[in-house]
Amino acid sequence: MTENAAVGKLKEKFSGSILDVTEFRGETTVTVKKEDIVAICAFAKGELGYNLLSDVCGVDYLGKAPRFMVVYHLFNISSKERLRFKAPVEEKDPRIDTVSGVWATANWHERECWDLMGIVFNNHPDLRRILMPEDWEGHPLRKDYPLQGPDREPYQGRLS
Amino acid sequence: MATTEVMTVNMGPQHPSTHGVLRLVLELDGEVIVKAVPHIGFLHRGVEKLSEHRTYHQTLPLTDRLDYLAPMSNNLGYVLAVEKLLGLTDAIPERAQTIRVIMAELTRLKSHLVWLACHALDIGAMTVFLYCFRERENVMDIYEQVSGARMTSNYFRVGGLSADLPDGLEKKIRAFVDEMPGHVDTYEGLLTGNKIWQKRTMGVGVISAEDAIDIGLTGPALRGSGVDVDLRRDTPYSGYEKYDFEVPTRTECDTWARYHVRLVEMRQSCRILRQALDSLKPGPILADAPKVCLPPKKDVVNSIEGLIHQFKIITEGFKPEPGEVYQEIEAPKGVLGFYIISDGSAKPYRMKIRPPSFVNLQALPQMVEGSLIADAVAIIGTLDIVLGEIDR
Repeated sequence: MTENAAVGKLKEKFSGSILDVTEFRGETTVTVKKEDIVAICAFAKGELGYNLLSDVCGVDYLGKAPRFMVVYHLFNISSKERLRFKAPVEEKDPRIDTVSGVWATANWHERECWDLMGIVFNNHPDLRRILMPEDWEGHPLRKDYPLQGPDREPYQGRLS
Repeated sequence: MATTEVMTVNMGPQHPSTHGVLRLVLELDGEVIVKAVPHIGFLHRGVEKLSEHRTYHQTLPLTDRLDYLAPMSNNLGYVLAVEKLLGLTDAIPERAQTIRVIMAELTRLKSHLVWLACHALDIGAMTVFLYCFRERENVMDIYEQVSGARMTSNYFRVGGLSADLPDGLEKKIRAFVDEMPGHVDTYEGLLTGNKIWQKRTMGVGVISAEDAIDIGLTGPALRGSGVDVDLRRDTPYSGYEKYDFEVPTRTECDTWARYHVRLVEMRQSCRILRQALDSLKPGPILADAPKVCLPPKKDVVNSIEGLIHQFKIITEGFKPEPGEVYQEIEAPKGVLGFYIISDGSAKPYRMKIRPPSFVNLQALPQMVEGSLIADAVAIIGTLDIVLGEIDR
């Protein structure tokens, strides 16, 4: 398993910052400390060959601690392998360093994550809302944000 | 001494060449673009939020409305992700897989036809527009016959398909596939050797392979910069490994290269379609997974058990075990990804869509800066964006 070889190298280099490694349906997820996310991503890109960042997104696990996870999907164009990084982010301090210095493509993904999930990316070059209007309040993809929007009664027409 | 100053011009959100509601704020020095800032989100409908409040089956129609020029590709990406989450990937019957490939490749043709039509129209070649839409109509008719809708098809199902192909459709698809390469010849006859087309596309919107990977370009835009990657071949899904096809790449990195890559892709799609039609055998179109798939309609109307079965799946849905999967497919516009997290309930805990156009649009500023304002129109066209999936 070459995928595990990548995980092995990561464990060797960043033994203190890898919190968990899981495998589900053939996909490898590595949970890392948020403080080292930039160093780990730069290592994955430079040394392990994961040159394409497919996606960055946030997940809200309301009621759990830490509340948020920032998820990175990596793809290695030459070996066609994938890897997923997750970094937990606390509700009290929803901040994580930007990886837009490693991959320029992270710029808009992180803006979207800030806009919809309310996670701040430190040192981001242009952290503005992207999908919602600039003067919007709140972050719609958070689990405590109502589906019907703010200040509106929930739809009562259907009971199921 | 003459002085110049920079002028700010708003392009869009209502502008025919921005292909939807895209607003570009351009800073111009004469006719040269100094800075371009895209503003998006005008079509945001909250698909990801909505999906957290719907069952897996109910989320499927929302995916039609992402890239509305290629609805079945979105359907395919979504059902593959859910099937992976359920561990059903290997249980999909061969006929369903082959029909999915047929529809996905027809969708690629359909999407590329709209791209070529609008791209050519933007640059001033109107005839191509009319021809492309004529051919696209054939695919629309096929869509209508299989799903009842011309655009929002909602044809695929988790586990297979909603219905088998109607009688005689195979013949119709085959006739279309046989005539399509001739139509591509016509487009090439109108454009490839056309001096005006060459002047408007060659050397316009150049992006190097390193920059393209760095900014996350995928699909024909990446292959036009010489990076040989196509998920249909590299990480095959839905049986693509059985088909013999070529992945075109060009090294010019400009609008011309991307034009050429897409035209070759259309011919290759016809090749895949022909092989898929040849290998199509009778058989079931839904996986044998009664907890997930709806029962056949004749059971629902003829037996109480069938009715209850249908009712339970519609009202309660199915519950995948907790976990998370990420599935990517090669959609016509690039890599389309679905990231689904299940918490063991009947609704996705979180669904993140990675739309190709969203990421490709991000490359626009670096591609247009320093070029003429007329080239901005060509570059928007060559990126082949659809705001439905950018804004979600």
